[in-house]
Parts: sequence; structure tokens; C-alpha cells
Amino acid sequence: MSNLWKKTIERFGYPKVYCSIFLVLLLATAIILKQSIPPLLSAALIRIGQGSVLVLALVPSIISGTGPNFALSIGMICGALAGCISIEMDMIGMPAFAFAVAVSIPISIICGLLYSILQNRVKGDEMTVGTYMGYSIVSLMCIGWLVIPFKNPEMVWAIGGKGLRTTITLAGRYDKILDTLGGFQMFGQVIPVGTFLFFGACCFLMWLFLKSKTGAAMVAAGDNPRFAAASGIDVNRQRTIGTVLSMVLGGIGILVYAQSFGFFQLYTAPLQMPFLAISAILIGGATIKKASISNVISGVVIFQALLAISLPVINGLMPVGNLSEVIRIIVQNGVILYALTKVGGNE
Amino acid sequence: MSTELKVTNKKENKFNLITTLAKYSVPILFTIICIICIIVSKLPLPYIAMELVSRLDRNLFLVIALIIPVLAGMGLNFAVVIGAIAGQIGLMTIKVFDIGGVPGLALAFVIATPFAILFGYGVGKILNKTKGREMITSLILGYFANGLYQLVFLLFIGTIIPVKNPELVLAGGIGFKNAMELDLIKYALDNIINVPIMGIKIPVFTFILVALLCVFNQFIVKTKLGQNFRALGQDIHIADVAGINVDKTRIIAMIISIVLAAWGQIIFLQNIGTMQTYTAHEQVGMFAVAALVIGGATVTKATIGQAIIGTILFHTLFSLSPAAGKNLFGDAQIGEYFRSFIAYGVIAMSLFLHAWQKNVAARNKEKLG
Repeated sequence: MSNLWKKTIERFGYPKVYCSIFLVLLLATAIILKQSIPPLLSAALIRIGQGSVLVLALVPSIISGTGPNFALSIGMICGALAGCISIEMDMIGMPAFAFAVAVSIPISIICGLLYSILQNRVKGDEMTVGTYMGYSIVSLMCIGWLVIPFKNPEMVWAIGGKGLRTTITLAGRYDKILDTLGGFQMFGQVIPVGTFLFFGACCFLMWLFLKSKTGAAMVAAGDNPRFAAASGIDVNRQRTIGTVLSMVLGGIGILVYAQSFGFFQLYTAPLQMPFLAISAILIGGATIKKASISNVISGVVIFQALLAISLPVINGLMPVGNLSEVIRIIVQNGVILYALTKVGGNE
Repeated sequence: MSTELKVTNKKENKFNLITTLAKYSVPILFTIICIICIIVSKLPLPYIAMELVSRLDRNLFLVIALIIPVLAGMGLNFAVVIGAIAGQIGLMTIKVFDIGGVPGLALAFVIATPFAILFGYGVGKILNKTKGREMITSLILGYFANGLYQLVFLLFIGTIIPVKNPELVLAGGIGFKNAMELDLIKYALDNIINVPIMGIKIPVFTFILVALLCVFNQFIVKTKLGQNFRALGQDIHIADVAGINVDKTRIIAMIISIVLAAWGQIIFLQNIGTMQTYTAHEQVGMFAVAALVIGGATVTKATIGQAIIGTILFHTLFSLSPAAGKNLFGDAQIGEYFRSFIAYGVIAMSLFLHAWQKNVAARNKEKLG
């Protein structure tokens, strides 16, 4: 028995095993508490779709050797900005969403390029510098959201007529446009097939990219920079590509998140969001130096399902404040902390 | 070979210039920004002075608590948040037992200290596993500790830890309320010796404590332990070869920092007078680090002078920027966002410069070797 346990841990790592056990316990509790299971599962599926692309955004950055992108919030801001532009132009439905995605890409590329200039100068310290770069851009953009001259009354504060609202509703625009695509339902619950298809397509493209020549060079550069440089690969270029891709997916990811969530959250909302994505991929079995698409899928499924189910279950068990939020903080940061200690010093 | 050496020398010279500029430019730049803020905010000078005194009183201790880990080569210690948590545990205890005044405050210090030592030991242990990544680890550790802290005081109060007082506990009987009035120790420390100068109350006793802390810091640098800290800060490998117990020394540095942070947080809250139970500690690390960095400190070098100058500049900016933003843009919020941008941005800049310097140094070494 202890042998089996050891093997399981060796194969999947502590975060994945413990989070899975916790998830099973939560489900069992839900059944014991006689909570209705289909809405729980539907909520879990919706949340999995919500966070999926954001977690995928970490793959290129980890693979190219820059570590999990702690400055992913920069990409998210690009996405949110593109989304606001689509609303400002008064677009509706799928074209609006497609437009927002299309606009977000060039913005994210520019930001990714600028950010990688910084990042290529701080090899080995990307995480620390990235975290605070992300924080400062988010707070700088707080001023941006106030002063960018958007006019649409849906987005602008009603009083004063200046500055964007903290949350911008997408109702009547592209609220749940992917989630309800095809209108799949099971037990009367929405199954977000469209979001999963979109995520699947992103994963497939990522997989194709990693198989391509550039992708292979990126893997090599991340795996062993010295060796890669010796065999003629421009390591900085590969790191730049990884960062740009990560930012682009971050931008698209926040649009996918927003359509499912129903709101754009501006101002300080993106501050802590990279941590959420990072812990998901780490739960999936990625490390600070290695990640794969399967890590993304299993990580996002376990972590987001955990978050979605913990809320009603824990509230049913213990109606104290926001206990499920507390559990999120502990799991999220505990997982990142574990990954940091696991990888050891960088000397 | 000789040409190559020349090239690297030239590069180094260029870099030295950048670093020297960076070293002094930060406080100079912020002095200018502060002066602009003072002018634009149109607030009366006595008011600004009063604000500044109370903010120095609250924050100096916390900022100085960061210095020793910097000396020991562990970077900017974002885990002071955990020290603040220890301090808050002390304050909650005296609140539960309803002991006020100077004895209550003294008791809070006494109770917080063993917790802080324990936490400092734990943080030190973890940071020893992540050498070279101390800053991101201490930041995440702070967040993680925040989660545990909330769990303990939301769930365990009233269930495992028997506290019944309805003034403190939520209506359901489980968990502390979001805010705690600390009127029983408000100004307990500040008012021990309190000299009014031109209508501004100067909390002399608190400043005496800060001065004592400065003396202690200077003293410890001179001891054998302090020498070890500095050796670690210069080169951890050489220190190891020289027979210094690296891990133990780092843990001691961390314990000192966390204990000082715990005391600093108590000083901070006795001046504020209320405690946001679940959020009072969250920003401590960011504000303290930003203040130190604005004073011109870097990841590898920090002095008491920089801590004091930095605290003055940062908090002048901090207290004035809403008013300045209102006068300049007609919106106080812009000022508020601006100050958090400054806090984050200056930390980001400092971390970036440090990492860049390290990278260039490593590359030069490689070229020479």
C-alpha cells in the first residue's frame, strides 16, 4: 500500500494527488449533504472552460525557459482593452468576440515584445521581476482606464461621464457566446461545449507549434540554453517568441474568461490572476522548467473543479464568511510555494 | 585577449556609471516628485508635517526591519507580512483578555515575540531551500501565510479556540469580526513621552525605540554575527568555504527581521487604533519595501539612512498624492492609483536593475573565464 502511494506521488507529484483527493472528498461531502449534483458539475465545467486558455498561456513561457509568466496580467490587460474597443464600436455577438480577439493579438504582441526586452536582461530572475512588472503595469493601467476617452455609456461611469466602470457587463454583447454555442444541455444544465472547442483548437495549434521547427528550437532553448546557443539557436529570440505567445494567449484567455463570466473586470482585478493560472498548471504536474499541454488540461480540470465545487459545499458544511476563498488562497499559494522549493536554488 | 579585456572594462565602466546614477537618482527623483506634490496639493505645511510625523512613527520600525536580510544577501524580505501577522496575534490576545494601556501593549510585544521567532525559523528554513529565489518565495510565502491566518481566525475562533466575546466574534459565534477596535491601547506607546512642538505632537518615546533599533542594527553589524551576515551578502560560496554555517546564519537573519516586523506592526496599529483583522497585514511588505527602495536601497545594499529618507519620501508622496491628483486632474482616484503605481513600479525597477547587473556580471565573468 505504501509502495503504491509512493509510486503515485512519484508519477503525479504531491500537488496533483492531494488536490485530487480533496476534490473527491468535496464531491463525497456534496453527496452526503444531499446537494444537487448536476448544477455542481455544470458549474465546474463552466469554470474549467473559463480558466482554460489562461492556463495554456503559461506553456510557451515555461517551455522557452522564462518560467511561469508572472506578468501574464499584462496580456490580460491587452485582452480587456481589445474587448472594451469592441464594445465602444458597438459590436454585438460572435463578430464582436472575434473582433476583440483579433484586436487583442497585435496589442499583446507589442506588449510581449517590449516586455521580453526587459526579460532577456534578467535571466534567472524572471519570476520576481515579472511579478512586480505585472503589478506596476496593472496599477499604471488603472490610471489608463480612467483617462482613455471611451464614450459608450454602457462602459463609462454614469456620474461624471469619465472613466471606465470597474466591471463592464457583457449582457447583450457577447455574454456566454462560446459557452452556449450549439446550446448543449444535460440534465437541464449548460455544458460549455463552444468554450471547450475553442480551448481544444488553441491546444491543437499550440501542439502543432511545438512540433514545428521554431517550436523545437524553443524547447531546446528552454531546456538547456548553453547547449542550444552552442548549436546555433538564438536563445533570446526563442525566449521572446515564448513570451509573446504567452501574452497573446493571455489576451485571448481573458476574453474567453470574460464571455463566460459575463463581465470584464478592470482596474486591480488582473493583479492576482496570473497566480491562479500558475497554480493550475503546477497542479497539473508542470514544474517551473517543464510543462506540457496535458499538464494544462489536467491542472485546469482539477483546480477549477475544486474551486467551483468548494464554494457551495463548504458553505453548506460551514456557513462561515468566505471560507472557500480562504481555501483558494491556501491551495493556490501552497502549490506555487511547493514548486519553488522543489526546484531548489538557482546556483 | 587584451582587446577583449578592454571591451569588458569599458562595459563595466559604463555599468558603474549607470549603477551610481541609479543609486542616487532614485531619492533625488522622488524628492522632486514630493516637492511637486506638496505644491500641487495646496495643503497647509503644518498639516503635511503632522501627517508625516505620524506616518514616520507608524512605519519606520517596519522599514528598518528589512535591513538585516538585505545585508545577509537574502534580498528584500517580502515575508515581513508574516511578522506583521505575529504582531497581530499579540494584539488579538490582549484584546481577548481585555488588557489595555502600557501593560497591555507590553504583553502584546511579549506574546508576539515567540510566534515571530517560530515563523522566522520556518521562513528561514524554506528560504534555505530556495537560495537565489528568496524574493519571489518570500512574497508567495506571505500570501500563503495570509491564507492560513484567515483560516485560523475565521474558522478556529469559537470552535477550537474558545472566544465568546460578542464584541469580537461574528454573529454566528465562529470567527473574528472584520475590524477590531484597539482603543484600549491606542497611542499607548506614543503617549508615554509626547512633546508638542508648534501644535504637532511628537511621539518621542516611539522615536526613541526606533533610535534604539538603529543602534542595535549598527551594533549587530560589528559583531561576529554581523560579519557573517555581510560575508554571506558578498558571496555565499566563499562564506561557506570560510567555515560559516550558511543555513543557520540565514535563519538567524530571518528571525531577527520577522521579530522586528512583528513589533513594528504593533507600533503601527497602536497608532492607527483599529485593526482590519483580515487585511491589516497584507500591504505591509509592499509599503515597507517600496519605502526602503525609494530611499536608494537596492537588493544587496541598504542602510538606516536610506530607510529613514525613503520612509519620509514615500509617505509624503503617499499622503499627498490623492489631493495632488484632485487638484491636477480633478480626480482624487488618479492620485491614489498613481501612488500604488509608484510603489509597485519602484520595486519592479529596483528588482530589474539588480537582476540586470547580476546578468551582466555573470556574462563578463564567463567571457573572462
